[in-house]
Amino acid sequence: MANVLVFAESRGTELRKVALEAVTAGRALADATGGGEVHALLAGPPGIATKASQLGQYGADLVLVCEHAGFTKYARESVAAMLADRARAGYRAVLIPFSANGRDLGPRLAARLDAPIVSDIISFSAAGDALTVKHPGYANKVIIELEVKGSPAVLSVRPSAFTPKEASRTARIETLAPAVDPGAERVVVKEIIEGAKGKLDLGEAPVIISGGRGLRGPENFKLVEDLAAAFGNAAVGATRAVTDEGWRPHSDQIGQTGRQVSPQLYIAVGISGAIQHLAGMRTSKTIVAINKDPEAPIFKVADYGVVGDVFEIVPALTSAVREAKKGH
Amino acid sequence: MKIAVCIKRTPDSESRFKIAGGGTAIDEAGLKFDMDDFAGYAVEVALQLNEKQGPGETVAIAVGPDNVQETLRKAMSMGAERAVHLKVDAMPFDGLATAKALAAELKTGGFDLILFGKYAFDTSAGVVGTATAELLGVPGVTAVSKLDIANGRGTARREIEGAGEVVEFPLPAVVTIDEGIARPRYPSLKGIMAAKKKPLETKPAQLGPVRVTVKKMELPPDRPPGRIVGQGAAAVPELVRLLQNEAKVL
Repeated sequence: MANVLVFAESRGTELRKVALEAVTAGRALADATGGGEVHALLAGPPGIATKASQLGQYGADLVLVCEHAGFTKYARESVAAMLADRARAGYRAVLIPFSANGRDLGPRLAARLDAPIVSDIISFSAAGDALTVKHPGYANKVIIELEVKGSPAVLSVRPSAFTPKEASRTARIETLAPAVDPGAERVVVKEIIEGAKGKLDLGEAPVIISGGRGLRGPENFKLVEDLAAAFGNAAVGATRAVTDEGWRPHSDQIGQTGRQVSPQLYIAVGISGAIQHLAGMRTSKTIVAINKDPEAPIFKVADYGVVGDVFEIVPALTSAVREAKKGH
Repeated sequence: MKIAVCIKRTPDSESRFKIAGGGTAIDEAGLKFDMDDFAGYAVEVALQLNEKQGPGETVAIAVGPDNVQETLRKAMSMGAERAVHLKVDAMPFDGLATAKALAAELKTGGFDLILFGKYAFDTSAGVVGTATAELLGVPGVTAVSKLDIANGRGTARREIEGAGEVVEFPLPAVVTIDEGIARPRYPSLKGIMAAKKKPLETKPAQLGPVRVTVKKMELPPDRPPGRIVGQGAAAVPELVRLLQNEAKVL
C-alpha cells in the first residue's frame, strides 16, 4: 500500500480541469498499488481553500492547502520546494499535469528529489513494486512503454488522457505554510498577457475548430470563429502553415511542434492533413474534415468528410449547429 | 556572453516510423538524422544574442554516441565557436540521467546563459533542460517564445494555456526555447569549411543512474476508416445528424 501525491494545478482562485484529471489518475494509481491514500497539494492565493472539497469529490483523501498572495502567479521555485518537501515524507509517486506549468515543475521536482521522471503519460500499470507507463513519443507517432524504477516516481499526466471521475469522499484538510517565500523567486512573473476573454484553451475545449490554408486569408477565420461560437464550447486552432504566415498567433498552432490535442470533436476546415498537423490531433475522439480536394490526406483520419467549398459548407454548418443547439 | 547550447540528434520528424525487431526501438534504417528542431532554434538564438551583443562565445554541447559529432559540427558550421561531445554508447531515455552528465560539464564552464530546445522530438519529454537548471542551482525558464538579455538579466515570454507570461530573471540561467522564436540559419559553405577546423572535444559522459527504460515501442492503432458524408452544403444535414446520433458530440 502506498500513497500518491498530486499537484492540483490552479490559476488564480480557480482549479484547472487538469487538476481533477491528475487526482483521478492518482486515485487509480493508489488503488492499483493496494489502496493507499491520495494527497493533493493545492497552492494559490487566499480563497483557493474553498476548492479543496472538489478535490475530495474526485478521490483525494487529504488536501494540503497553502494560501499565499505570492501564489497568484506561478511561483516555480516555491511550489517545487513545497512539493519536494512533502514528497520526501514517502510516496509511491507524485503526479503533475503535463500542462505549461507542469512541464516546468516536473523536472524541477525530479532533480530536487533525485527521482525518476516520465513526462506526458497516457496510462500506467502497477503491480507490487513494478511500475510501467505509456508515453507517446516521436510526436505521437510511437507509443513508448517505459519501466520506472524507484520511489517516488514523478509522472506528468497528459491533459484529457484521464477523464475526471467522481469517487466522492470528504477530504481531510491540512494547512501548509510555503517552504520557501514565494516572494523570493529568482524568476519573477512581471506580467500575464491574457488571451481573449472567455476564450477556451485548446487543451481543455471539448470541441476544436481548426483552419488551414484553404481559408485563403486571415480575414476568413471569421467563418471558423462563427462555427466555434455556434458550438459555444469550442476553441479555434490553426495549422503550422497558417501560424507561419502570421494569420493566427503561434500559440494557436495544432501539430507536432505546436499543441497536441484530443477533444471530443475536431473539425478541420480547409486543412489538407500534413503529417505535422495529424500528429497534433489524430487522437481526437471524432474528426470531421471539410476540404475541396477529395484526395486530401485529412480524409484518411476523418470519421466524417465533406468534400467541397469551405466558404459554402462552413456557414451552412454554423446555422445547422445553431439550430441544433436551440433544440436542446 | 558565454553561451552554451545543449543539442540533440534526432530523426527527421516528418518520417514514417517502423518498430525495430526487438520491439524496443524504432527501425533506424533509411531514416535521416539531424539536429533536433528545437535545438536548432536554441542555436540560432545563441548566435543572434552574441552577434547583437558583441564579443562572446557560443559552445555547442551534446550527449550521445559518436554520430552526435556530426550534429555538433553542424552547430559549428552555423557559427558556434567550439563543441563538447559527452560520449555515451547509447542515449538513455532517462532525462535526469542525461541532465546529470550535462550539469557535471556545465558547472565549471562559466557560462552566462545555457540554452536548450523545449524538448527533443524523439523522447518528447522536455526534462533535461529544466532539470539541468535545478542541478546547477540557477534560475530556469521553460519553453520561451521571446528572449531579451540586458545588463545581466533576462526577460522572456512563455505561453501558458490561454495567456502569455512575461518573466524576468538574473543570469546565469538556463532557458529552454520554443518554436517561432527565430528561424535557424542554413550553414554557409564557408561556415561548413570553417567548422571542420573548429575544436571539438570528446570526453566520457558522467550519466546519472538510468531508472527509466524502454520496455516496448509500438505504433499507435490506426483510426478506423471514416467515410465521405457528401459533397458541398447539401451534406450538412446528414453531417449534423451523424454528429448528433452516431458520434453523440452535438
